[in-house]
Amino acid sequence: MSLRLDTGGRFIDRATPVRFTFNGQPHEGFAGDTLASALMGAGRLMVGRSFKYHRPRGVVASGVEEPNALFALGAGGRHEPNQRATTTDLAAGMQIRSQNHWPGLGFDIGALNARLARFLPAGFYYKTFLSPPAFWKHVYEPLIRQSAGLGRAPQAADPDGYEHFHIHVDVLIAGGGVAGIQAALLAGEAGARVLMMEQTAHWGGRAPVDSVTVAGQPAQDWLRAALARLDAMKNVTLRTRCGVVGVYDHGYVLADEQPPPPGPRHRLWKIRARQVIAATGALERPLAFPGNDVPGVLLASAVRDYVVNWAVAPGRRTVIVTNNDDAYRTAIALVEAGLEVPAILDARGQANGPLPERARALGLRVETGKGIGKVRGKTRVTGAGLCNQRGSGLVTEVIPCDAVAMSGGWSPVVHLWSHCGGKLIWDETQAHFRPDPALGPVSHDGVAFVHCAGAAAGALQAGPCQTTAGQAAGAVLKLLGCKAGAPDHATAEAEAPLAPVWVMPQRAGPALRAKMWLDFQNDVKVSDVQLAAREGYESVEHTKRYTTLGMATDQGKLSNINGLAVLAESLGAGIPQVGTTTFRPPYTPVPLGAIAGQARGKTFQPLRRTPMQDWHEAEGARFEPVGQWRRPYAYPKGESLAQAVRREVRNTRENVGLLDASTLGKLLVKGPDAGRFLDLLYTNMMSSLKVGRCRYGLMCNENGFLMEDGVVARLGEDSFLCHTTSGGAEHIHQHMEEWLQTEWWDMRVYVANLTEQYAQIAVVGPKARQLLERLGGMDVSPERVPFMGWAEGVLATIPARVFRISFSGELSFEVAVPAKRGMAFWQACLEAGADLGIAPYGTEALHVMRAEKGFIMIGDETDGTVTPQDLGLDWAVSKKKDDFIGKRGQARLHLSGPDRWRLVGLETTDGSVLPEGAYALAPGRNANGQRNVQGRVTSTYHSPTLGRGIAMGLVRRGPERMGEVLEFSSLDGPPVPARIVSPVFYDPDGEKQNV
Amino acid sequence: MLYLKCPYCGQMADETELASGGQAHLRREGPDSSDSAFEAYLFLRDNPRGVHFERWRHAYGCGKWFHAARCTRTLEVFGTYRAQMGAPPQDILAAIAARRGETA
Repeated sequence: MSLRLDTGGRFIDRATPVRFTFNGQPHEGFAGDTLASALMGAGRLMVGRSFKYHRPRGVVASGVEEPNALFALGAGGRHEPNQRATTTDLAAGMQIRSQNHWPGLGFDIGALNARLARFLPAGFYYKTFLSPPAFWKHVYEPLIRQSAGLGRAPQAADPDGYEHFHIHVDVLIAGGGVAGIQAALLAGEAGARVLMMEQTAHWGGRAPVDSVTVAGQPAQDWLRAALARLDAMKNVTLRTRCGVVGVYDHGYVLADEQPPPPGPRHRLWKIRARQVIAATGALERPLAFPGNDVPGVLLASAVRDYVVNWAVAPGRRTVIVTNNDDAYRTAIALVEAGLEVPAILDARGQANGPLPERARALGLRVETGKGIGKVRGKTRVTGAGLCNQRGSGLVTEVIPCDAVAMSGGWSPVVHLWSHCGGKLIWDETQAHFRPDPALGPVSHDGVAFVHCAGAAAGALQAGPCQTTAGQAAGAVLKLLGCKAGAPDHATAEAEAPLAPVWVMPQRAGPALRAKMWLDFQNDVKVSDVQLAAREGYESVEHTKRYTTLGMATDQGKLSNINGLAVLAESLGAGIPQVGTTTFRPPYTPVPLGAIAGQARGKTFQPLRRTPMQDWHEAEGARFEPVGQWRRPYAYPKGESLAQAVRREVRNTRENVGLLDASTLGKLLVKGPDAGRFLDLLYTNMMSSLKVGRCRYGLMCNENGFLMEDGVVARLGEDSFLCHTTSGGAEHIHQHMEEWLQTEWWDMRVYVANLTEQYAQIAVVGPKARQLLERLGGMDVSPERVPFMGWAEGVLATIPARVFRISFSGELSFEVAVPAKRGMAFWQACLEAGADLGIAPYGTEALHVMRAEKGFIMIGDETDGTVTPQDLGLDWAVSKKKDDFIGKRGQARLHLSGPDRWRLVGLETTDGSVLPEGAYALAPGRNANGQRNVQGRVTSTYHSPTLGRGIAMGLVRRGPERMGEVLEFSSLDGPPVPARIVSPVFYDPDGEKQNV
Repeated sequence: MLYLKCPYCGQMADETELASGGQAHLRREGPDSSDSAFEAYLFLRDNPRGVHFERWRHAYGCGKWFHAARCTRTLEVFGTYRAQMGAPPQDILAAIAARRGETA
C-alpha cells in the first residue's frame, strides 16, 4: 500500500490540503503535489492500463519520462488526454480520469488481450490482417480503429488562450539543475544575455535529493544563494515550468511554458540563441526482469524523489534491485524515512563502495550477484523472487514486499544535442551514449553552438558535473568574446562503476523473457525485440517501427537504450554498431494549441476587404473564398441561391448589373523597357498596344502551361496596367519581380502592385451606358470609349478610369475609382440606376455569363497542365516574337501533338447539367481495371439565358469531333450522354458587347 | 530554422521570413535550345551533399532575391550575395575555400 509519510516533503505544503477526484472517487493531497504524488499519498498506485495488453500499470518515474501514468484532464473544450501525472501540478477540484480501459480501470474487457499475448507478438498487425482482402475495410480496420489510440481527442473548441513569444539571447541554458545554474552564473557574471529554462516547477534538479555538497554547503543552500545572485542580474532571465523541446538549425530553439494563472494556458518560446548549453540531466534506466511492469515497481531515483520531495512512498517494504551504487541512495533515503528495505539485490559480483558500505552499516541485507526472477502480484507487488543474475531464473527465495525500486544505470538526455546533428559516442564504463564533444552541431558560421553540461554530458558524479558546467560556460563565453570565471566545487559520495545488465537473469528462457518489459507504454518486451532480430530486422529504426518500441507520448525515454542493447545482443553486434534511433523534436509533447498560438479563428488568416464589403454584408450576400478575399457569390432576396443566380444573370443581360471587381489584380509596369518586358512575359505582343487601348493577354510558365490571364491597358508610352485574376495579384507580381531581379536585371522596369489603391466596379448590361451617362462628368460614347479601349475622366464627381472590357458578353464598363471613393461610386450607380432595374450580381452569375460566352477561367479550364493552344487561344500566342516565357516549352513534342485534350462546349442531350469534373468515357479499361477516359468537364452550369445545362470540357482532339455524342461518368447513376459543340453558347458574333 | 543575412537590407532573417528558390546560377535556355539543354534547364538540378549555391527571396522583408552559398550537410553559410550575377563572386569562393581549409 502506497502512503503519505508523517514528516518531510520539500515541495508540499501540509497546511493547504487540496481535494480532487480520481475516476469519480474523492481524494485529498497537498499544495505542491503532482498528480502522481497525490495519488500515491492517497494509496492509489495502479493508475492506468497499458496500450496493447491492457496490463495494470502504476507510476514508474517522477518526471517527464513517465510512460504509464497518463490521464485525461478537464472537460469539454478543456479536455486534454495523455497528461503526465508526474509533471502535472495538483489543483483544487481536479477531476482526473484514467485511460485505455473499458468499462473500468479495475475490470477491463481489453485485458483479455493479455491472455492472447502469445498470439499477439511484435509485428502481428502486419501478419494477421492480410486476408481475405475484403475483410480489411469492413472487419479489421473498424476493429483496430476502435481500439487504437491512447486517450480521446477533445470534442469542443478550446476556450483558453495560447501565445507565442520571440526572443534573441546570447546563451540559452536548457535545464535548471546545479550544472545549468552554475553555467548561468558564469555566463551571467561575464555579461552575456542569458535565458535559463527549467521544465519542472523547481530549480536544482537531483542535487538536493542526492545529498550533493556544493562549495562546502548542502546543495539546497548553495541553490538559494545562486538563484538570488541570478535574480539580481538584469542580463539573466529565468523561467520554470518551461521545457526546451527542440533545438533547430542555426541556434533556433523552441520551448513550451505553462505559466501559472492568469497567464495563457501555454506559451511557446521561439528563441534565437547564439549558443545553447544543454544541462538536461540524465534518465535512469529500468531493469528488464520478469514482472517489472507490475504496479509498485518504480525507478530507484523516482522512489527517493517521492520520499524526499513529496513525503510519499510506493510501499512500506521496498526491495532494491540494481547494477550500480546510485540506487543505494534510495535504500538509505527509505530507511531514513522510517521505511523498510528487506533486501538490496545487486547484480554485480561485488559492491564495496562507500554507498553499499553505508547501507550495510545501516543493517541492510545486500545480496551481490543476485537479481529478480519473478515479481509476485497482479495489480500491485506482493513479493520479489530472488535469483542468481548469471542463472536461468530459478527463484531461491521470495521476499515479501510491496514495492520494488530498480536501477539499470543512467543515460544522459542527449536529445537537444542530437536534434540538430550532434554525434554520440558509447561510453563503455558508464554503459551509455554521451555527446561526442568533437562532433557538435554547427551554426551558420560553422562554429559549434550546442554544449552539454553536467549529467547530459555524461558527468554523472557531482564533481565532474560541475567541471563540465565550467567547461561548457567557458567554451560558450570564449565564442562570445567574454571571460569566464571558475565553477564552484561539488562533492558527493563516490560511486563504483556499474555493470551493464540488459536482461535479468542473464540466461532467462523464453517464458521469462516474454514477461520482461522494455517499453511499458507500448507493451514491448525483451522477447519482441529478439523476435524482430530473428525475423531480420537488423536496423534499430526498422525494429522500432516493427515492435513499436519507443513510440507514442514518451518516445522511449525509458526504453530506447535497453531495447537497442537487447537488439545488439540478439544480433551479436556491439551497441555502438547498432546505434540509436534518431532523436527528433519535441523532447516532450507540445499541445497543438501552443503551436497554433493566437493564429486561430479570425486571426488565423487576415481577410482582405474591398471598399464595398460592408455593403455586401448588409445586403445579405453569400460569400465565397477567393484567395484571401471573400467575394459575394450571390445576393439572395427571399429566394434560393440558385434562383438568385438566375435572377442576377437575367437582370444583367436584360437591364444593368453591378459587380464588385475590386479584387482583380492591378499591376503597374512602368519604365523605358516595359513593353519589351511584357512581350517576354505574355504570350501575345504587348509592345504594339496603342496608348488608350486594352488587350487580353495570357501568361505561361517556362513549361508552356497557361498560368494567368487578364486585360492589359497601355496607360502611356512607358506604362502598362496589367490586370490579373482575383487570387493572382501577389503571385504574378512576384513572378514579374523574379524575372526582373534574377534574369533580366538590365531592363529598366518597375512593377508596383496597385490592387488595393482602386475600387473597381463593373457596370454591365444593355443599359450600362445609359447609367454612366446619368452619372455625368465624362463622355462614354462608343467613339470616346470604344470596345477594348479605356478613358480617364470624372463620373458622378469622382475621378474615374473607364475600361471598355467585357467578361459577360454584354456592353460592359469596368470603372476604377480611388479606393476610398468606391462606396460612393457604388451608391451613386445604385441611385441613378434604380429605375433602370439595376441590381448587384455575384461571382456565380459572373461565372455563368462567362461560360455562356465560352470564356475560360484560370483554375477551371486550366490546372497547370493545359496550354493556350489546348484552349483554342492560339490567336493570343504570338508567332512573330522570337521569345516569350513558355515558347520553348510549348514546342515540345507532347505539347504540340494532335492528340491533346482540347477545349469544346458540351450539351447534354436532355438539357440537364453535367456533373462537375465528370470524365468522358472511352472504350476499354486500363491496366488498373478502370474505365479508359478521353476527356473531362471543366465548367458546368445551368444557363438561365438558354434554359438548359451548358458545359465546357477538354476532349481528345475535341474541336475535330463537333457533333459527336460522348458518355460522361456520373457518381450516382448511369453515364450521361452529351454532344460536342462550340464553347460559345451565347451571341457568337459578339454583337452585344460591341455596341 | 536557417538564419540568413539578406545582402540588400542587411537584416538577419529567419527561414520563415524567406522563400527558397532552388539552385542558383541556372542559365535560361530559350526557343533555339536543344531538347537536352532545355530539359536540363527545366528539370535537372544538383543535389549536393556539401557546398550548394541557392536562391532565396526575402519574402517578408525587402522582397529582394539573393543567393546563398551553404553547406547542405553542416548547414554552414559561407555568405550571401546579390542575385544579379551569373556565377558566385570571388569573395564567396574564397570564404568557402578558407573555411574548408583549401586554397582559393
